[in-house]
Amino acid sequence: MKVKVLCRNPDDYVRETTRDIQRVPRNYDPTLHPFEVPREYTRALNATKLERVFAKPFVASLDGHRDGISCITKHAKSLSTVISGACDGEVKLWNLPRQECLRTVQAHEGFVRGICSRFCGTSFFTVGDDKTIKQWNLEAPGYGVREEPINTILGKAVFTGIDHHQRESTFVTCGQTVDIWDEQRSSPIRSFSWGVDSFSCVRYNPVETELLASCASDRSIVLYDTRESAPLRKVIMQLRSNTLCWNPMEAYYFTCANEDYNLYTYDIRHLDVPVTVHMDHVSAVLDVDYSPTGREFVSASFDKTIRIFPKDKGHSREVYHTKRMQHVICVRWSADNKYVLSGSDEMNIRLWKANASEKLGLLSTREKAAAHYNKKLIEKFQHHPQVRRIARHRHLPGDILKQKREQREMKEARRRREQNVRKHSKPGSVPLLTEKEKHVAAVVE
Amino acid sequence: AISSMGSRKRKKQNERSEASVQVSEFFVNAEGTGEKVNLSDLLGTVEKTSGASNKTKKQLRNLQSSKETLELPLNKQQTEKIQRGIAYEKTAAEVSCWRNIILQNQKAEQMVFPLNQESPGPKRVEQVVAGWKVQTPLEQEIFRLLHINSQPVDDPVLTPVEEQSLKAMSLEEAKIRRAELQKARALQSYYEAKAKREKKIKSKKYHKVQRKAKCKDFLKQFDEMVKTNPEGALEELKKMELSRMEERMSLKHQNSGKWAKSKAIMAKYDDSARKAMQEQLQMNKDLTQKIVVPSDDEHESNEEGLETIPDFVNDSEPVIDSVNPWMRGQLTHEEPEVSCVTTEDVQTAEEENEEEELVGEFERKRKLRQADEEDLIPTEEELMRSEKTLEGSNQTREGLNTPGQEDEEGLLNEGQIRVRNIEDLEVLGEFVDPQPIAEPSLPRTAAVEATSEPPYKKKREIDLKEVLTKEAKAVKVPFLPTVVDEEERDEQISIIKEAFAGDDVISDFIKDKSKLEAAGRPEVVDLTLPGWGEWGGVGLKPSRWKRKRFRIKTAPPPPRQDQKLPDVIISENRNASVASHQVTNRLLPFPFQNTAQFESSIRTPIGPTWNTQSVVKNMTKPKVITKMGAIIEPMVKEDFIKNKTTTPGGKGPAIMLGENKRILFVKCLKKTSL
Repeated sequence: MKVKVLCRNPDDYVRETTRDIQRVPRNYDPTLHPFEVPREYTRALNATKLERVFAKPFVASLDGHRDGISCITKHAKSLSTVISGACDGEVKLWNLPRQECLRTVQAHEGFVRGICSRFCGTSFFTVGDDKTIKQWNLEAPGYGVREEPINTILGKAVFTGIDHHQRESTFVTCGQTVDIWDEQRSSPIRSFSWGVDSFSCVRYNPVETELLASCASDRSIVLYDTRESAPLRKVIMQLRSNTLCWNPMEAYYFTCANEDYNLYTYDIRHLDVPVTVHMDHVSAVLDVDYSPTGREFVSASFDKTIRIFPKDKGHSREVYHTKRMQHVICVRWSADNKYVLSGSDEMNIRLWKANASEKLGLLSTREKAAAHYNKKLIEKFQHHPQVRRIARHRHLPGDILKQKREQREMKEARRRREQNVRKHSKPGSVPLLTEKEKHVAAVVE
Repeated sequence: AISSMGSRKRKKQNERSEASVQVSEFFVNAEGTGEKVNLSDLLGTVEKTSGASNKTKKQLRNLQSSKETLELPLNKQQTEKIQRGIAYEKTAAEVSCWRNIILQNQKAEQMVFPLNQESPGPKRVEQVVAGWKVQTPLEQEIFRLLHINSQPVDDPVLTPVEEQSLKAMSLEEAKIRRAELQKARALQSYYEAKAKREKKIKSKKYHKVQRKAKCKDFLKQFDEMVKTNPEGALEELKKMELSRMEERMSLKHQNSGKWAKSKAIMAKYDDSARKAMQEQLQMNKDLTQKIVVPSDDEHESNEEGLETIPDFVNDSEPVIDSVNPWMRGQLTHEEPEVSCVTTEDVQTAEEENEEEELVGEFERKRKLRQADEEDLIPTEEELMRSEKTLEGSNQTREGLNTPGQEDEEGLLNEGQIRVRNIEDLEVLGEFVDPQPIAEPSLPRTAAVEATSEPPYKKKREIDLKEVLTKEAKAVKVPFLPTVVDEEERDEQISIIKEAFAGDDVISDFIKDKSKLEAAGRPEVVDLTLPGWGEWGGVGLKPSRWKRKRFRIKTAPPPPRQDQKLPDVIISENRNASVASHQVTNRLLPFPFQNTAQFESSIRTPIGPTWNTQSVVKNMTKPKVITKMGAIIEPMVKEDFIKNKTTTPGGKGPAIMLGENKRILFVKCLKKTSL
């Protein structure tokens, strides 16, 4: 006769230490857990709601400047340091975690037009309305020692922007021409010009480090290669581009912030049509900066908002605004992909979270797992109307909302008009242009 | 024109109002534009200088006299445009080398930033401290030597080769490998020491014994090799053949050496010496003996002889598990061979075999008898008793619900037998162990099979197919005792029947369903008008043609969802409260091409309620992972693109030309020298 005995192994249900979480035996038999889709849907809905509930992107405001912020730059080697320049020529160094100003320098007379920090993180450069380029030490001078620039270069015209090479000791400025400077010399080693227009912004490509792009006041974006004697190519758009930014992970893409409320991502190999048109702002876009992962970028606009766009989407995923924030002049994405910094007209620098509902600080493993699961759930059910409605809902200031509606109407009217024109003219005489094709006026070789 | 009107010539203004770095072409004016510059004006002095050669002077004179003008160079705008075009093409080509990397990153399921993370862990001091330089000439000399041999400069630092190998291996791998190497080294040293020790031993006897042991070992190995690796064995044989040839050629073991002669003198008196001589001769004999290679058929017969008696015959009777067909299969299958291997060539073996078989048969029978006596007799009474108690219930049960039996079993606990009282338990014992019932039939079947099998069959392993296709013996077991008291059950049933006497729920349901189905079916629209085109009136019907013509059938709607589900009604009306949560059929989300695709993407749950931990972790892994507090640097070209594909522009062909010329030149030289 066989005797069957129930056997229980304590290893299956006893935890190793009292600090360990209780062991819960799980039975994954699907018949025991029915209605998986409805249950997951409910979870997704809850996750979406919670995401909106916890979306508190504003972290801190750094005040201290006595005029509008004109430019911000990140420290190349330290996440906690930020340098900002104001319209009264003052430059301030900030410590982000302590939210305080470390140092103030009266760098220029008039605007500080551009700041860039050196790749090694020992010094930074400023250009101003007083036609000078100044190099400053990042370490504060000793007690009682006057703030003096390491190096001052007196130029012949006003400089409007500056950017430093990723690895070498050269930098580029723009003004009437695009000049490439050696740090050791007082005159540019090369200057590019194409026509007689002034430039508003110049940027080094962070990946292909010899490539340059600049925004000119004749509505054009000009590409350069420092190894070549002449500029490469120029694309002229319908309206002027204010700034541009290269994608730090994808060498041949850059995005420019345009006066026509849109941002355009270009592939430098095919300049005749932008890859993506990013629309959502209701006023001129003043600045743009890519996230260090190259997946998203943030834009600052004259309409007093900051928007975050995925790099390949036409519309923004996030909009940040506060009642007190005025026209946002400059914006930067922090090098750890966690924060966004914005400098605005009303003399404040604001620190935002890049993911509005993200919990900051260290997360436990279970917290992390839950966050990942929730994120995935929202992604899975993103097409369901209720989830989408909640996930997409953002509060906007009244006037922006009004302008948005107005512009939508205008756009619709324009489209209707074009349709009518096409309807009443010879077939083929009014070509059907896509949104991308509309904004490029010409590509000049 | 205006200036010419005035009497006094006004001086042209060439002032610049704005100080600019950029000088526009419109502000530039040339003084004295009217006068042409001649070559002689510029080169007049050349004639007078003594240093210039006559040749150039002549050329200049010729130029002066010739009237042809040179072609205008391309204007500045056009040359610049061409330059820009070339430069742009070049850069675009250079930049496109990122294409693959970018596409790969876009498609990647997960990206971890910062890219190119250094392996964590402690670093050597030499790596951290930088800026130390050699100073004295001696140091310089040493470092120069080290550099030349690509040796590590700092003390514990590894050579580049070692560093690479380290990088190629993970830490654990490296540890395992190191342990292996250590072990191998230890073993090697051990064997070396042993060999040394043995070599030092002077005893001849010891060495003799060793040699013999070795020889034995070798023979054993050789035997094995014949079976497993015939090719290797053949080679060994060839070697032996070679040694035999050598032996035959030489006089080594012929008692003709110095040692043998000395022994021969001693042989008269010394027994051992004689023995040694004998041994030597024996050795010669052994070595010169021809080795016979056993042929294949011999080998086979040998094998057969070996295998005439299967092992299991001598084994004690295996425990026959009637439930396990495998056991039975083996027995029934292998038994015939016992009888069938009776062959003519191995007579003795056969006889033995028969005897053994007989013995085995007797033994088996005896055992069976014993088992019968032990098990069956005492249980018979019990069986009788238990069957009496069970019979009634079983019969009633079978009579009641033979078709619905399966349903009842579904309700009960499947697979196991529920036991309520001791009696049941005892009865259970019988049913669980049905061995004695099944067993007696076994030897008989085996015998039958044995006669049917053809003789001279080689022994085989158990053939899976045969075993599986053979019908397993169905063991007839009486029904398990049911637990529910029959009387109580009947009572319950009657109560339920009484309670729901008037309700015919099932037929109601069927009616409802058919009604719904009928409602969903499209109606036939009758548009016939009696009297049109034919006679009408009381008692007259429109013609068949007309009815056929004007009764319009609409296309049937798509099949109902509950069409194949007999006991379910699925409402197909739009539910407004649910609809707000549903993805509309019209607007299929972007990446999906049909509804089935979308539904399948929703259907699989990703949560921990339905999946194991690892699966959940895998399914919910985020697309981008960043390290807290780490600066994410932009991509560095050198890390991702190893060798630049583009050649430095413009220079390539020129160099080629130069080289070609040189080659030509060399060829010419060779020719002339020849």
